[in-house]
Amino acid sequence: MAKETLSIEETRDMMLAVADKIIEAEPILTDADRALGDGDHGVGMERGMTAVKEALAGNEFPSVGKVFMGVGMAMMSSMGGASGAVFGTLFRSGGKALKDAETLDGAGVATFWKEGSDNVMSRGGANPGDKTMVDALVPAAEKAAEATGSASEALAAAAAGAAAGRDASEDMIATMGRAKTLGEKSLGKPDAGCVSVAIIAETMSQFADS
Amino acid sequence: MKKLINDPLKVADELVEGLVDAYNGECKFVGSRSIVKNDIPDGKVALLVGGGSGHEPIYHGLVGRNLADGAACGDIFAAPPPNIVFEATEEVDRGNGVLYLYGNYAGDVLNFDLGAELSEDEDIDVRTVLIWDDVCSAPPTEKDKRRGIAGLVPIVKLAGAASQTAKSLDELEAAAKKAVLQTRSVGVSMSPGSIPATGKPTFDIGEDEIGLGMGIHGEPGVGEIPMTTADELTPKMLDLLIEDFEKDDEVEALASGDDVLVFINSLGATTMMECLIVLRKVKALLTEKGINVYDVMVGPLTTCQEMSGVSISLTRMDDELKGYWEMPCQSVCFSKMEGRYGG
Repeated sequence: MAKETLSIEETRDMMLAVADKIIEAEPILTDADRALGDGDHGVGMERGMTAVKEALAGNEFPSVGKVFMGVGMAMMSSMGGASGAVFGTLFRSGGKALKDAETLDGAGVATFWKEGSDNVMSRGGANPGDKTMVDALVPAAEKAAEATGSASEALAAAAAGAAAGRDASEDMIATMGRAKTLGEKSLGKPDAGCVSVAIIAETMSQFADS
Repeated sequence: MKKLINDPLKVADELVEGLVDAYNGECKFVGSRSIVKNDIPDGKVALLVGGGSGHEPIYHGLVGRNLADGAACGDIFAAPPPNIVFEATEEVDRGNGVLYLYGNYAGDVLNFDLGAELSEDEDIDVRTVLIWDDVCSAPPTEKDKRRGIAGLVPIVKLAGAASQTAKSLDELEAAAKKAVLQTRSVGVSMSPGSIPATGKPTFDIGEDEIGLGMGIHGEPGVGEIPMTTADELTPKMLDLLIEDFEKDDEVEALASGDDVLVFINSLGATTMMECLIVLRKVKALLTEKGINVYDVMVGPLTTCQEMSGVSISLTRMDDELKGYWEMPCQSVCFSKMEGRYGG
């Protein structure tokens, strides 16, 4: 059943579902990164999401924003390197922008993706088209902003945007990160960070509709 | 390469534990993996350094009396994650702000910036000065792309002294920026170090080649040149340094009558014998140009395991920097008495 808003507990459980899904997807993420990077993205995300589960399961939070900030903190503390910093930034900045809200509505979903996406860009220095996670984040934020209804609708829009961004990243040439030395050889495969973002957005949407 | 270690994944934790033991009560292990001085006075403007482990004695070996107040330690060759930076910041803060001073590497900047954000959430005032002394890593117009190498040691020494008397974060930041601006380094490498966990070399280089300007992890520099003698190589390295002072609009060219601090660093395997032979040539070349060697540092202070190679760093000293240099300092890995040799 589609949800108008999500409570703090539902937001937490949604992120626990995301953590399970990413851990399950570790082989997919590893393969995606092995094609273009050094193959450590899957294991890094698995480690990050295992820490997320420890930080969230059974714990209470004062706001929905603090749930996302807890996700971000767990990821950045456990993953290390650039991906820990940028995924940590996505959730921390997105959560911080929600201030003290006790429910997550459609507008909140749009704020989360927009602020998360903007801060990942300013922190990591990547722009759209560089074949990084930004290429899934930006369309997710744009689609979520266009959806003006319930939390469910906004989450579904973000998921569609992220999936389209992941697919579009196949046609991009990497200009940042480890894949940049591959040049045109990076064509035809999606960016591993985009694959992760698409799974996260899709799982959030599925949770809201379940 | 034989390494006397235990669990390869615990190397960073265990070496920092050992370092704390070496400090014998002067410093403590904090949070996940930081080292912090025990006796930081109230109100002191704090100085925090940090970076990947495996380059000992930097960065954590520079915590000490009149040096850094603390260090956030990463895993081997990896930036410290933001929570470690934050834990160290909280522990060194005495209410008057914390200066982050570390080498300019993308991973370090990302993670220290996030650590700063976490600290600011707790109302701790944080400022950052990046170290970018490696002149071969980018032209002087693109200092944001330059790497931090051995020049970090004199820079942290000078900033550590400045932090003892600085009345504000602004004052310490200005002193650290001046030390960074006047410090330039050029390195060469002859053979790689190895990663403790895997035993794999950090880069490849031919038996008969020297990597001119190569970074401490094997990052590209000017390029490979045929293996040569100390007296052939040293002028090439020194020319790159002198040229950089000339080309950079932000500093004056090095001129006759200038005082410079000279630092000959070994990357690990290069012996003191070789460093001294390089120093001898550096001194002769500077003397020819009328540049005065104000004081000298020699030794393996910025290393990459058993990597072989040397770097030359020059810091142009003015009266302010001389005052900072002449203050005594002490750490497990780097100590000096008051004043200077020959002073």
